[in-house]
Amino acid sequence: MGIGWLEVTVAAFVLTVVSGAFLARGSNWLEPRFWKGFAIGGSLVMFTLLWILTFDTLKKISMGSERVPSPTVINHKIGYEYNADRRMYVPVIGEEEPFFGKKWSEEEAYRLITKGKLVIQSRNCMDCHTLLGNGAYYAPDLTKAWLDPKWETMIKPMLKVETREEAIATWLMNTDKYPTWTRRMPNLGLSKEEAQAVVAYLKFMSAIDTNGFPDHFGKTASK
Amino acid sequence: MSKLYESQKLALWYFSVALVLFGAQLLFGLLAAYQYLNPDFLYGVLDFSINRMLHINAMIVWLIMGFMGGVYWFLPIETGREVVGIKLAKLAFFVLVAAVAVVVLVYLLVQTGKGDFFTLWFITEGREYIEAPRWADWGIVAVMLVFYFNVVATVIKSKKLTGILGVLIIDLLALAGLYLAGMYFTPNISVDQFWWWWVVHLWVEATWEVLVGVLMAWALMTVLGTPRKIVEAWLYLEVFLVFGTGILGLGHHYFWIGTPEYWLGIGGFFSALEPIPLVAMVVHAIYDAGSHKLRAANKPALFWIMAQAFGNFVGAGMWGFMHTLPQINLYSHGTQITPAHGHLAFFGAYVTANLVLMYIAIQRVRAPEGPALDSRAWKLAYVGFVITIFGMVGALTVAGFAQIFVERAVGGATWSAYIAGQEHPWVREPMYWRFGFGVLFLLSYLILIYDMLTIGKRAATATEVKPA
Repeated sequence: MGIGWLEVTVAAFVLTVVSGAFLARGSNWLEPRFWKGFAIGGSLVMFTLLWILTFDTLKKISMGSERVPSPTVINHKIGYEYNADRRMYVPVIGEEEPFFGKKWSEEEAYRLITKGKLVIQSRNCMDCHTLLGNGAYYAPDLTKAWLDPKWETMIKPMLKVETREEAIATWLMNTDKYPTWTRRMPNLGLSKEEAQAVVAYLKFMSAIDTNGFPDHFGKTASK
Repeated sequence: MSKLYESQKLALWYFSVALVLFGAQLLFGLLAAYQYLNPDFLYGVLDFSINRMLHINAMIVWLIMGFMGGVYWFLPIETGREVVGIKLAKLAFFVLVAAVAVVVLVYLLVQTGKGDFFTLWFITEGREYIEAPRWADWGIVAVMLVFYFNVVATVIKSKKLTGILGVLIIDLLALAGLYLAGMYFTPNISVDQFWWWWVVHLWVEATWEVLVGVLMAWALMTVLGTPRKIVEAWLYLEVFLVFGTGILGLGHHYFWIGTPEYWLGIGGFFSALEPIPLVAMVVHAIYDAGSHKLRAANKPALFWIMAQAFGNFVGAGMWGFMHTLPQINLYSHGTQITPAHGHLAFFGAYVTANLVLMYIAIQRVRAPEGPALDSRAWKLAYVGFVITIFGMVGALTVAGFAQIFVERAVGGATWSAYIAGQEHPWVREPMYWRFGFGVLFLLSYLILIYDMLTIGKRAATATEVKPA
């Protein structure tokens, strides 16, 4: 497909000027009617283009597409590496690994992810954290939280558990007991099932292609 | 002077509740700001997330109620008749206030629920800014339908479809329709946030801007006597520029949520143009105020009109442009730069507009035949608000820049990098300034309330100056 942002932008401009001039024809530029023509023309052109782009975007971000993975991605190792062609960091989906000790079927994984999203909404996570960079700024961004080195370096040894997913789930159920700095996350009363679902969601989210956001996550600038 | 229309009395109720919620917004904002300084404060009782949610939800609701009040105020003047269905409108007002009260009580007392659909329907939907549970969403839709019916039916009955009313009717339809995109659950967070921004962005950066354009058009005609032809030409130009840039400007929220790469170009380009209509409004305001030599019968309204034009440009335009290009936003997205922009833009564009509407109503109620509406208190509140909002925004901007460098550019955005950023003195110390200016902002609010309760009361009998 040869149509990129520049073509869309130029088309938006040309169509706006043409439709506006057509609707405003015959009126002086100081009259309200002149600008009414441009207001109607411009709004219709932009709104139509937005709908076309919306259909295209929704197709490209459905689960299982190139940009948003299938829920079964939780059965795989996930990395975040620099892609020289795209000049940005992209998620890399690797070989299979057990998640909470098993391989999840497509249906099980979908149900788990759905539960995770419901838990995230029910506890107002976005009013302290950011997800995909959106939310509040009182706590760390969770876009790539699954990949955070701190689970291995601090939380796993502290909780004495075997795997990263167990470390996150256990920590999420006991946030008030294991502060990591002055701002403690409140204990939001997650059940074991809910905590596991949230971990699955974090893992799923870390595999979404976010056009390189956050840049060089987990790698300091000096490396 | 003729009596107030029933619709205008209803507007006064809307304004009153709006001002109360304005106070609630500041209170919860201060609690949240203080938790940055002392994270143990109310820990586990009233956590940051709850305060922050109430801070922003109170703001959204009070601004909308103020706008609705503005429409109910001007609609009978514009159409020359009482609003059709005024009893229904009053009923809708009480339904809205009751619903808001129940939602707030549930937020405060229940706070969160289990991860299921019951929580989404009755406690919180957990989607930033539009957390209101689903039942309340439908309540809001019902109230909006009544409001829309009032507007359209009144225009039809009066057979007076002015240009301003035409813009209002189309804009309100878009505004209400967009809210439907907010009532939606999907496990796919990219799709979730895609539609979520339709509500959030296309409200505050498109339909709200136009709604305020409509209300400010009426305000200019009332306060400065600007001719309808000029006001309407400007309004159409504004609609053209706001929708022409703001609709695809939506793309600046689609950089990093999983959406295709072409949004980097489209969003960056069109959102960079978004300040243009705001510059146009500043030009207009300077011209208008200059041609009247800053004199009008309603002093506070005139000065808040000026503040609106400049505040919208500086807060939404400049502070927005600062971090709207993807090359910068890659690092600034989700840092304190965002609340710096948010605070200044909402104050500059929407709080000021509401205060204009309220002062217009106050003049009509207290001193319709003159003298000029003036006091010392409004000036104090005005200067206080302007200084303290810039104090808060300046502090957040400094913190944001430091956070970008320490946490993002150097640290790689991890949990540890986040903590390193937050503990850096350039981030930590501005949070104290922000809180201090926040307290002073609350003081300015109290002075404003005092002024609104007293201005124009004492000299109501003298009649030297006629309102324009």
